[in-house]
Amino acid sequence: MSRDDVRKKIEVEDLRLAYGSQEIIHSISFDVRENEILGIIGPAQSGKTSLLRCLNRTIDFCARARVSGSVRVDGEDVRQMKDVFALRRKIGMVAPLPVGLPLSIYDNVAFAPRSAGLTRKVELNAIVERCLRQAALWDEVKDRLDSLGTALSGGQQQRLTIARALSHQPEVLCLDEFSIAIDPVTTMRIEDVLKTLRREITIILVTNLNQQARRLADRTMFLWGGRIVEIDTTEVVFSDNPANPQTYDYVRGVFG
Amino acid sequence: MKKRLEAMNRPSRPRWAVLGEKMLEGVIRLCGISAIVFVAAILLFVFREAAPILFGDRFHLKQFLLSVEWYPTSVSNVRYGTFALTVGSVSVTALAMVIAVPFGLGAAIFVSEFCGRRMRETLKIVIELLSAIPSVVWGFIGLTVMSKLIVAYTAAPVGVNILNGGVILALMSVPIIVSIGEDALKAVPDSYREAGLALGATRWQLVYRVLLPAAKNGLLAAVLLGVGRAVGETMAVLMATGHAVHIPHGILDSVRTLTANIAAELGEAPVGSDHYRVLFLTGLLLFGITFAVNLTAELVVRGIRRK
Repeated sequence: MSRDDVRKKIEVEDLRLAYGSQEIIHSISFDVRENEILGIIGPAQSGKTSLLRCLNRTIDFCARARVSGSVRVDGEDVRQMKDVFALRRKIGMVAPLPVGLPLSIYDNVAFAPRSAGLTRKVELNAIVERCLRQAALWDEVKDRLDSLGTALSGGQQQRLTIARALSHQPEVLCLDEFSIAIDPVTTMRIEDVLKTLRREITIILVTNLNQQARRLADRTMFLWGGRIVEIDTTEVVFSDNPANPQTYDYVRGVFG
Repeated sequence: MKKRLEAMNRPSRPRWAVLGEKMLEGVIRLCGISAIVFVAAILLFVFREAAPILFGDRFHLKQFLLSVEWYPTSVSNVRYGTFALTVGSVSVTALAMVIAVPFGLGAAIFVSEFCGRRMRETLKIVIELLSAIPSVVWGFIGLTVMSKLIVAYTAAPVGVNILNGGVILALMSVPIIVSIGEDALKAVPDSYREAGLALGATRWQLVYRVLLPAAKNGLLAAVLLGVGRAVGETMAVLMATGHAVHIPHGILDSVRTLTANIAAELGEAPVGSDHYRVLFLTGLLLFGITFAVNLTAELVVRGIRRK
């Protein structure tokens, strides 16, 4: 497969991130290609979540964080961007533990379209239904869209946040260990959704489950201690001879 | 045998520690219960002073609540009607809230969400300073500064009236509303803010779509504490509202409030006289009003919660 002619959606160059004096991400460079699923694997404290927060600039809320280097989305440096709200609407983000806003289920999903200025009830209804269907939640909540989103079970809330992340039709969807609070059956259903989305949007999938990356990702990046150990097609990363022997050890669970 | 050995070797806590803990628990329990005891005792005391007239045959409850005639020291025609006083209290408080609630909540939102760290620290200190000003100083400001301004810029013949008292009370309630309201907003988890912003909401959208709904109970409590302060305030309104017993026709009329009336007259009413007892009854009425406000708020909050 010739990959070089594929457009680059996100380009990260010499990205460094420090919280206070402690550097978390040490000069990493990689790119995300349009309409691929990029899996990011690595043990805890590798900087995976921090990396995602650099992409949509939610890192800005952390007063101690210092970022250098460049992150370009569609060729535009996110740190020079004037309209950061448009950037965040372009990038959907699903956090590892569900954060249901204290609103009704309907309002949770309609939040982003409304923030973007959409007010027509018919369109909002359509978006809410489509997103809840995509997140495999519609059948369970269609009769009680007015009840509080925070009253759902953990797994349902997580699917609600996925529906919410899809509601503004993002061009990039970042999933940060989305399956941590969901049962395996629902996980598989959402993975199916991701498979159907894979040719329409770009997906960055941070996961602790190596097999999940193997099932879904076109390419996989192994991040460890704030450095990229290896980034290659998923077949290579999970093969018997990846470029770095550490990768081999990690994906087979012998990593110490 | 083995069991006994184990029991002997296991370290046990010394007797004094166990006893001390029990005692501490008792003290804390006492502190908690004392709040109820004090409220009940105050209520009982006020009621005891007021009871003889309340059940006496020279007294008419309807007249007390609904008459506007307050002639406590008249020789020939004694009347104890508090309606004008109630209207006075309500009108001054209402005006104060009309001014203080938007100001206070706006300031709380600004301090909590929009301003920088240094600005926030400065503002909080200044606001706390504002709430530390004694009420008699506020009354003094009302009597001298505000009243001159009102006479200069309106057609009012005197400067001590509802407008004056309302503005002074608003200034006194704003610090409470700001600090409690800010606490309520700060108590909203940061994850909500991050989730909202990650969905592309602007800061202002975040405030009215997420933070206000999430903090509504705390914000309501802030407003209510402001109301409580305004209803109960005595010295400042005594000095700033003109102390005239009548039903006001506009905000430039002078009024007298329930609290100011008690403060002004209790010292001159002979202990045990009808006048003295009626003033205590007025205290009970005040207690009833604040209780009703709190109860309404509690019910409103519960209503919101159930929804």
